[in-house]
This record gives sequence, structure tokens and C-alpha cells, in this order.
Amino acid sequence: MSSILQQLLNGVILGSVYALLALGYTMVYGIIKLINFAHGDVYMLGAYFGYFFINVLHLNFFIALVLAMAVSAGVGVVIEFVAYRPLRQSPRIAVLISALGVSFLLENGMSYFFGSDKRAFPQAIATVQYHFGQLQISNIQLLIIGTAVVLMLGLTLIVQKTKMGRAMRAVSADQEAAILMGINVNRTISFTFAIGSALAAAGGVLIGLYYNNIDPLMGMTPGIKAFVAAVLGGIGIIPGAALGGWLIGILETLTQAIGLSDYKDAVVYGILIVILLWKPTGILGKNGREKV
Amino acid sequence: MDRTHLKYTLSWAGLVVMLFVLIAVMTIFDVIGQYGMTTLVLIGINLIAAVGLNLVIGMSGQFSLGHAGFMAVGAYATALIASAIPNIGGFILSLVIGMSVSGVVALLVGIPTLRLRGDYLAIATLGVAEIIRIVIINLKITRGPAGIFGIPNFVNWQVIFGISVIVIALVVNFVRSTTGQAIIAVRDNEIAAASLGINTTKYKVIAFVIGAMLAALAGGLRASFIQSVSPQDYTFMQSITILIIVVLGGIGSMSGTVVTAIILGVLDVILQNFGPLRMVIYAVVLIVVMIFRPKGLLGTSELSLKKLLFDTGDSHDNHSKNA
Repeated sequence: MSSILQQLLNGVILGSVYALLALGYTMVYGIIKLINFAHGDVYMLGAYFGYFFINVLHLNFFIALVLAMAVSAGVGVVIEFVAYRPLRQSPRIAVLISALGVSFLLENGMSYFFGSDKRAFPQAIATVQYHFGQLQISNIQLLIIGTAVVLMLGLTLIVQKTKMGRAMRAVSADQEAAILMGINVNRTISFTFAIGSALAAAGGVLIGLYYNNIDPLMGMTPGIKAFVAAVLGGIGIIPGAALGGWLIGILETLTQAIGLSDYKDAVVYGILIVILLWKPTGILGKNGREKV
Repeated sequence: MDRTHLKYTLSWAGLVVMLFVLIAVMTIFDVIGQYGMTTLVLIGINLIAAVGLNLVIGMSGQFSLGHAGFMAVGAYATALIASAIPNIGGFILSLVIGMSVSGVVALLVGIPTLRLRGDYLAIATLGVAEIIRIVIINLKITRGPAGIFGIPNFVNWQVIFGISVIVIALVVNFVRSTTGQAIIAVRDNEIAAASLGINTTKYKVIAFVIGAMLAALAGGLRASFIQSVSPQDYTFMQSITILIIVVLGGIGSMSGTVVTAIILGVLDVILQNFGPLRMVIYAVVLIVVMIFRPKGLLGTSELSLKKLLFDTGDSHDNHSKNA
């Protein structure tokens, strides 16, 4: 029993990182209907920025985390401006290929300029294990869950309470109507990319600290899994991304626990196919009518 | 049909024969060497896979990212069956089985995902390709990450040349058939096509299944030619390689795919020394082409002999009369 609880706990920790990534996918999909293939690579960049700030500039972990989020937000805005904005009127497939190109560029660019080897992520915070009965949890795991929850609450506040958040919801509901209401759509989309990229970067820095190593391809698999999480929760729905992230994290850890760790990635992809078959709008999704 | 059509078909056939003779002469006088010959065969194999992918992306407008997975199915089918029955019959059987399995997998993935509008197929195929690879790595019969060696070789450049020509001819004619036209109608306007009574899901699935079967064919030929298979040959990177051919050639242009497959195959040899930088260049090219030519370099237009040779006057390019 306690080992199941322990696995659930580990799943929630992994899931928190997926949730942070899934939020970016779901917001971008909600607003411009694009699967942002480069999102997993922004997470990778975030981890590298964190590495740089801690290892080279010797900054405090939390300052490094905030700075990595800020720089990655900038990167996200630049990616949208250069690779997606010129294609706003093009067929959807062109934007997808462009997104794939960006992903490919970030992965291979990082490999080319900084080497494709794994790097040890600095142990900015000494690990301390806590025991609660038979459960054990480290301060780093608590930090991951805590940061994820704080960031999600922050995101909810931004989306629900600020003017920019209202603009985001408006553009995602009906872009043309939003323009007529005087909303600056381009600025809103840039803002969405900034927030999404910052969340991904936070996930990257946290996972770097947790697993102790980073490499240029670290974003590929988590990127796809986070997208599956977003679809599972209901793409375009912000609480759905968090729910989906945690579910995928738990599922993956449980698959490992029952001795099928070789198939843990396959199970996640299998889930995607099942959702598309059974409820394409996701757990929290509502069936909307398609407009002609 | 009429004489123009006959002349047109004959001139294509003539062109194909000329190309064949050209390569044969090059082999006899050993102009391109063993390495050149290998490159030529691999170009042909990529071409078959790319024609299949162009049918999915260009003709039906769906985005598949799992081409490598379907190639892996074909490659492993050939590796296992042709090794067990090492004669030409076994090889042909292995290609047929590989294509059938691949087609069934595509059907199972395509039916749920192609009912939906949007880009679900991209992610679903990406997932399926990974599932296929994970299964191959973990199964005993496929010998895990090391792969299978010593597969008998039944493939030479003549075989690849012949199969490429047949595949291209079949696919081009398929696109012009009623089914092919329905697929294009769905791509151009799904709502309009549906309102004309076209079962949109059915036609999207047909294109996807044929694409997957051609990928398996390419994979099987490749396995036999290289005489080994391993899961590392069929990663996401392989899907991207084929995708780049389709995108650069023109999404929806078969002649574009053929020309690009050849150019990229040759370029690959030249850029071999650049190693990882090659990938960076490809990535930048992919983005730049999409920004400036969102339909690929040739767009949907085809290089056409009809326009070059038999200008009937309805064409605007007057210079072709001089050709």
C-alpha cells in the first residue's frame, strides 16, 4: 500500500513538470490552433539558461529560475514573431512545418554549438530527504510541486483577472470579434507565447535540478507527452492541461512500478490514440459545434 | 485515346528508357563508382517513401509525422521473412506482408484520428512511430537495439529504378482517378466536399493507408539493400528526412518530389563532411521555405511534358513552342 502511495507521489512530481509544459501547448493551441512543436525545445533552452545562470554567473537558484523564465519568454516571443507570424494567413500545414523547423533548429543548433553530450546540472540546492511514515519526499520534489502550483495559480490570476488575460480569452474565443473590440491580437498572441515559454522554462530548470543532467534533446519526449497531457485534459482548456499533466505523470510512474518501464513511453502514446477514439475533446472538453 | 495522349505517354516512356540507358552506360564504364551506385539506390528508396508521404500531405492535406515508423514495419518484415526464406519469392512475400501490416496499422490509427478536423494525425502518427520503435527495441524476435544483420540482398539499381517508375506512374494515375480527385477535393475544402456527398474521412484514410504502404515498401527495399536493420535507422529523424523532400519539392507536386529527392540525395553526399551543421542548415531551409513559399518550392504545379512538347495553345508559356 505504502509503495503505491509512494509511486503516486512520484507520479505527481513528474506530472507537475508535464503540467507546466502542457499549459503552454494548450494556451497556444487555444489562441492560434497550432501544435507548437518547438515548445519542448523551449523547455530544453530554459534548462540550459538555468545551467548558465547557476554555473557561470553563480546566481542563487531562485534568481536563476526567474531569469531563465524571463529569457525564455523572450525566446518564445521571437520564435512566434519570426517563424509563425508571417504564416498567419497560410495553410495550417505550413505553420506546422515551420514549427517543426524551429524545433529541429533549436535541437541541432544547441548540439552544434554546445555539444550533444549530457551536462551535469549544478546541485544548487542540497538534497534533504524527509520521511512521513513510510513515504519519503525530498526538498527538491517539494520544490517542484510548490513551484508548479504557485505558477499555475499565478497563471489563473493573469488569465482571469488581468486585462491581458481577458484579451487572451477573447482572442481564443473569436479572433475577428476580438479585433472589432479593439484588442491588439498580435500583442495578445506574443503575450501568450511569453507566458507559455516562461512556464516551460520553469519546468526545464526544475527537471534539470531533479535529474541532475540536461542535453539538447531532453525536450523531445517530454514535449510530446505534455501535448498528450493537453489533449487528455481537453486542448485549449487551462485547468485541463494541469489535470492531464498529473494524470500522465501518475500513469507513467505506475507503468514503471508494475515492471513495464521499457514500455512507459508507448503507454502514453497509446493513451493518446484511446482519447482520440473515445473523447477527442478531452476529459474537461465540451462538444462545440463547428462553424462553417 | 487520341494521338496527343499516345504521343504524350510514349514520350514519357522514352524519357524513362533514356534515363535507364544513361545509368546503365554510367555503370558499364564505371563513371560513378560503387559509392555513387549506393547513393543512386538510396535516392530511389527515399523517392518511393516521399511519393507516399506526398500523397498524404500534398494530396489529402493531412500531416503525418510517422513515416519512419511505417518504413520500420516494412524493413523488419523483410529482415525477418527474407532471412527465413532466402529466395526471391520470400523477398516478394516479405514486401507484401510488410505493406499489409503497415496498411492495417495505418487503418487503425487513421480511422479514429482522421474523423477529426485539425492536426491530430501529426501527433498520433508521431506517437505510433515511437510505439513501433519501442516495440521493436523490446521484442526478442527483432533482436532489440542491435537489430538484424545478414539480410539477403535482392535489390540492385535496376530493381529500384523499375519499382520507382511503377510507383510514380501508379500514384500519378491514382491522383487523376475519381478517388484521387475526391481526395484533392477534401484537401481543398472539406466542408464543400462533404456537402457534395464525399465521405471525407474515407478518402483521407485511403490516402493515409496508401502512403503508409509505400513507406513500408521503401523500408523493405532498404533493409534488403543495406542487408541490416536497426531501430536507430527509423527514428523521428528519418521521418523528417522524407518530409523535407516533400516540402522542398512542393506540397502536392509529384514531379517536385522526384526532382528534390535526386537533388537532396546528391547534396547529402556533398554536405556529408559538414555533419551536424547539415541538420542546422536543413532546419533553417525548412523555416525559410515555409515563410516565403508556404506551398513548397514548386507549389502544386507539375513539370509537365505535355506543356513542353504539345502546347495546344491553351497554355500561356509561349516559349515552350520553341522546345
